[in-house]
Amino acid sequence: MHPPKRRKPPRFQIYKDIGNKPYAITAGLSFVFLLAVWSLLSYTEAVNPVFLPQPQRVLMELIRQLGSAEYWNHIGISVFRVSAGFALACLIGIPIGILAGTFKFGEALVEPPMEFIRYMPAVAFIPLIMVWAGIGEWAKILLIFIGCFFQLVLMVADNTRRVSQDLLHASFTLGAGRWKAIETVIIPAIQPQLMNTMRLILGWAWTYLVVAELVAVSSGLGFAIMKAQRFLNTEQIFVGIIVIGLLGLISDRIFAFLNRRLFPWA
Amino acid sequence: MDQAARNRGTAQPEAVPGEITILGLHKAYESRKSRFEALRDIRLTVGGNEFLTILGPSGCGKSTLLRIVAGLEDASSGTVLLDGEEVIGPGADRGMVFQGYTLFPWLTVRENIEYGLKLRGVPILDRRGVSSYLLRVIKLEAFDKAYPKQLSGGMKQRVAIARALANRPKVLLMDEPFGALDAQTKLEMQEMLLDVWEKEKTTVLFITHDIDEAIFLSQRIVVMGAGPGRILKEFQVRLPAERTPEVRERPEFLALKRELAQLLKH
Ligand SMILES: Nc1ncnc2c1ncn2[C@@H]1O[C@H](COP(=O)(O)OP(=O)(O)O)[C@@H](O)[C@H]1O
Ligand SMILES: [Mg+2]
Repeated sequence: MHPPKRRKPPRFQIYKDIGNKPYAITAGLSFVFLLAVWSLLSYTEAVNPVFLPQPQRVLMELIRQLGSAEYWNHIGISVFRVSAGFALACLIGIPIGILAGTFKFGEALVEPPMEFIRYMPAVAFIPLIMVWAGIGEWAKILLIFIGCFFQLVLMVADNTRRVSQDLLHASFTLGAGRWKAIETVIIPAIQPQLMNTMRLILGWAWTYLVVAELVAVSSGLGFAIMKAQRFLNTEQIFVGIIVIGLLGLISDRIFAFLNRRLFPWA
Repeated sequence: MDQAARNRGTAQPEAVPGEITILGLHKAYESRKSRFEALRDIRLTVGGNEFLTILGPSGCGKSTLLRIVAGLEDASSGTVLLDGEEVIGPGADRGMVFQGYTLFPWLTVRENIEYGLKLRGVPILDRRGVSSYLLRVIKLEAFDKAYPKQLSGGMKQRVAIARALANRPKVLLMDEPFGALDAQTKLEMQEMLLDVWEKEKTTVLFITHDIDEAIFLSQRIVVMGAGPGRILKEFQVRLPAERTPEVRERPEFLALKRELAQLLKH
């Protein structure tokens, strides 16, 4: 007897889910692959170990650093700067973005100048920021704020414009006025997208943090990297980069988790 | 006006509320280069509690007309009166059901139904009473806590009807509400709608391009033609008030169907 013919389990279907386990395994494999390439290049000394340290030595360094209170101070101050700059940008940027997305007047008032400013690299503001805010904590927070703010406003305005006209019209025919429609339709409707936007911007905040900590500081992860560079301590540079990567990953996962918990309807 | 005259006015036989009068309505969409005449000289009166259907081919301006009656769009000239008062902008007295799905995805079925009542500040216990009643009418009691994404197309439209009715509107405007449903569901929805109309006693202005649907549902049918959108002819539907599925086989039904099909062919 012949076994019944079966279609092969589809693996490369466009957009199709592949299940949690294959997903996790594939993700794990891609990390293993990265590590393998790294190991190959470093253990065979194909690349000078001064430039590319061996994975196990980086791991040792990571453990050593995480055992020191000083490094945790660096982490703490960096997390503080990112959170402060990011929170400030959200606090001011989200309402402005919503208004710019809702009213054409708001759009005309806000968007053209922002489109202009956003192409200016935030890094170019560093000298100006030092003039304005000195070299204290505020200067770092301000740089992160500038890096995030303009982009955030434009993206939130875009999220807002994507709310379905039909939903708005439905609310009008159910008795909502303009402000009620903003409160009961636009704001709830944009929330899931807003979380995604914030998640993206938070990633940028980490990038600007490193930039902010490269000049005139004596604390933070960016500073730790700079210091390591001065001594050509590539292991420590790697540790700094990995720690920042992990912190970014953790904050990203928190956002993803909140998105699923807060918006079961999406 | 003096007191006596006003008394005389009210002494006349009271018209059933929910009467729509459309007077000399024109609508043109103008852009810098062109002018498109969407509606030309529409005159129509829909009596209180009447079920009137506008039948016409796609693109003849049915939705435009309904949106103007809803107040979601302005006419180029002409007026719409509801019980003698000019309609300006959308309002809860004219509930609307759209062709696309417009339930608020972040609200449960019950919360969607209660949306309009909540806007008006109706206390929660009264809201519960209304929504429970309507959930029973649309036979979705078991789904009160479900989110719209968990519902089928037909269920969504039933909730949309209940949501509009919760406000006790004088008029229910329906823009091809069953256009996206499969044939079987469509028939069920038509029967349910007549049932609801029986119970709720509102004026219904219904739009469709489906001849069978128009005859089965309405007391009167107004046929529109395109280029420019205008009223071609009006038909009284002489069928028993009680519309059972068997009505569809009656000779009057079939005769009217033939006549309408003939008219729409041109
Ligand atoms: N906002 C608009 N701008 C320009 N033309 C429009 C607009 N809305 C509708 N129209 C045109 O008006 C005509 C009638 O549209 P519509 O009322 O949607 O027709 P129907 O609902 O009968 O299919 C169509 O030809 C459509 O292209
Ligand atoms: Mg239409």
